[in-house]
Amino acid sequence: MKLNGGQALIKSLEMEGVEVMFGLPGGAILPVYDPIIDSPIRHILVRHEQGAGHMAEGYAHATGRPGVAMVTSGPGATNIVTPLADAMMDSIPIVVITGQVPSAAIGTDAFQECDIIGVTRSITKHNELITSAQDIPRVIHEAFHIATTGRPGPVLVDIPKDIVDPNNPNSAMDWYWPDSIDLPGYKPTVKGHPRMIREAAKLIAESRRPVIYAGGGILKARAAEALRELAELTGISVVTTLMARGAFPDSHPLCLGMPGMHGNYTAITSMQESDLLIALGSRFDDRVTGKVGAFAPGAKIIHVDVDPAELGKVRRPDVPIVGDCQSVIVELIREVRELGAQPDRAEWDAQLKAWQAQFPLHYDQGWGEGDALKPQFCIEQLRDGSPEDTIVVSGVGQHQMWSSQFWRFNHPYTWINSGGLGTMGFAVPAAIGAKVGMPGRTVWAIDGDGCFQMTAQELVTASAERIPVKVAILNNAYLGMVRQWQELFYEERYSEVYLSPDLPDYKMWAEAMGCVGMRVEHPDEVAPAIEKANAIDDRPVVIDFRVDWTEKVYPMVAAGTSNSNVILGPEMGQGGH
Amino acid sequence: MAAPRHHILSVLVENKAGVLARVSSLFARRGFNIYSLAVAPTDDDRFSRITIVVDVESTPLEQVTKQLFKLINVVKISELDPASAVEREMMILTVKAEPGTRGQVIELVDVFQGRIVDVGHDELTIELAGPPSKLDDFEDLMRAYGIVALQRTGRVALPKLERTAHGLPKSGMRPLGKVG
Repeated sequence: MKLNGGQALIKSLEMEGVEVMFGLPGGAILPVYDPIIDSPIRHILVRHEQGAGHMAEGYAHATGRPGVAMVTSGPGATNIVTPLADAMMDSIPIVVITGQVPSAAIGTDAFQECDIIGVTRSITKHNELITSAQDIPRVIHEAFHIATTGRPGPVLVDIPKDIVDPNNPNSAMDWYWPDSIDLPGYKPTVKGHPRMIREAAKLIAESRRPVIYAGGGILKARAAEALRELAELTGISVVTTLMARGAFPDSHPLCLGMPGMHGNYTAITSMQESDLLIALGSRFDDRVTGKVGAFAPGAKIIHVDVDPAELGKVRRPDVPIVGDCQSVIVELIREVRELGAQPDRAEWDAQLKAWQAQFPLHYDQGWGEGDALKPQFCIEQLRDGSPEDTIVVSGVGQHQMWSSQFWRFNHPYTWINSGGLGTMGFAVPAAIGAKVGMPGRTVWAIDGDGCFQMTAQELVTASAERIPVKVAILNNAYLGMVRQWQELFYEERYSEVYLSPDLPDYKMWAEAMGCVGMRVEHPDEVAPAIEKANAIDDRPVVIDFRVDWTEKVYPMVAAGTSNSNVILGPEMGQGGH
Repeated sequence: MAAPRHHILSVLVENKAGVLARVSSLFARRGFNIYSLAVAPTDDDRFSRITIVVDVESTPLEQVTKQLFKLINVVKISELDPASAVEREMMILTVKAEPGTRGQVIELVDVFQGRIVDVGHDELTIELAGPPSKLDDFEDLMRAYGIVALQRTGRVALPKLERTAHGLPKSGMRPLGKVG
């Protein structure tokens, strides 16, 4: 069958099972947009290419299937650089297709030319410039294979216009679909080494103060069930990192919640005092470890990761295991069973319970005249007023930390945020992507006012495409997290962090974008507004919560300090516990 | 901190556009200077071998090699221990050789088993291949006569062969990029 390159590209996406793609056309990618009219693939027209990338990420996060975005050359391509970097840091499988100027014009500073392969080399798992129309099915098939296997990540495919343009003879190709993958340098290890797994089981059996340190890899490997079985079999408590919230139910008695810079006291301290950390798909990020040299000083380490480069990158493991979390945990469970009973850890378990009782997360919502609305209260009300399987998507900053702290995540894939890169503006487009992938679920973006202003224009996309996401802006009129650091570490010298609570007017802005807009200023109004928002399912909703601008995120471990110095609240100053 | 030392990495890659940029940029990202680099197709023209010499401590190098191994087009990485590797490099050099000194230069070329590949009015161009240290020595000796131009290829290396009891050669290469 003779096809042109543009047709071959869209047909390849269909062969990969793509149902939705996010994008924005332009000169160099025009020929690929033509066959979309005849394709069953739903294309969602974004208002800015960054939105397309984050939507693809949100879609991938929520569904486990690769997200697809397509943009034109030059500025279209550079606008999607941030989502690529974001997906690289958080191991999100997305495939991004960029148009490129015609082959003969490459390297001549042609109109809308950018060497996007060079630009994105270090922020993609792989990228490739297709040089012949005949290669299109093979390269697309490889792109999806690379994006979704091993440690998932973003793959960019750059396509010169001449090989997709039916008016150009370079675009002619004989259609085929590759039945195999030939990548001699790419063979991810899935199965863990049996001897290492046995060693791990032995270490577990010897440990008195073990903690399971569950990371985003659990979700990527779809290993939440296996993790739960391992925890229940061994009776070992679990911390879930920012990327792993929901991988282990917050309601489970063995769940300790989130560790790290803004983790809860018990999660942080359990790791610090442990004699064995069982790191499953986690990467000892600096936001988790605090000062590395002082992190969990008495702990032996079992480190399971599908990416061999993670083992020993930050902390040398006693038992390194390269493999997929699902496969390794299943094998580990078998070995643990074979070794028999676990030692008595009653003392440790009692200690954990005591810390939890003594140092819970806390905030005070006052109800008097003039008492400001607390952001944590809004989140708790959202949580209690929305379905239990609601998908929560956040931006980056204080609202992100409060959401992670105060929501209760009892199901995997209900928490979507930008962890590694910390991309402000992630929430709105990622929520749209998640809702597209999971149309039957309630999707709430919990956003900050600073974040919202970065990508709010995608609510136009959501309205036009009838994607009824809901957005809660925790509007404290500041770049709140930066403000918090300036208050604590820069002698309250507030440099360039004030945004204003009512410029823009968020309610009017939401309405202008085709959404329902609401404003909430008093605690009494919170629950009714949420109830009203949850009842709307034909258009997006935005609630502008005017929250207390003085509120700070606690607990906190100051950057670069030891996790043994947890600052529980403002009363402790910066000294720590 | 341990003193930096020469490491020789032998990297087998797919013979595709852009692979060298991917490999070298991983070193650049960490600010590691590549001391020398040689690349050419292997006996199988689907693959090329890149020989990289880099001055860096072992620990960060281990992380770089692991990152290198993550590149889709990188097939295999081995670190060669300089003590158990055969290293070779080639150099061409143009040196002043006026009538009064030409004889001495030619004599040294003979001693070092080099070859004169071009002759000018008062200059000679010399080709010399061998272990890098031999090239260093020759370069030092030529400096006295006046080096006009010099080009070295960067080193290539293969592991020294071990002889087992059965007389079969066994590779001394240490494969990297695999843990546990």
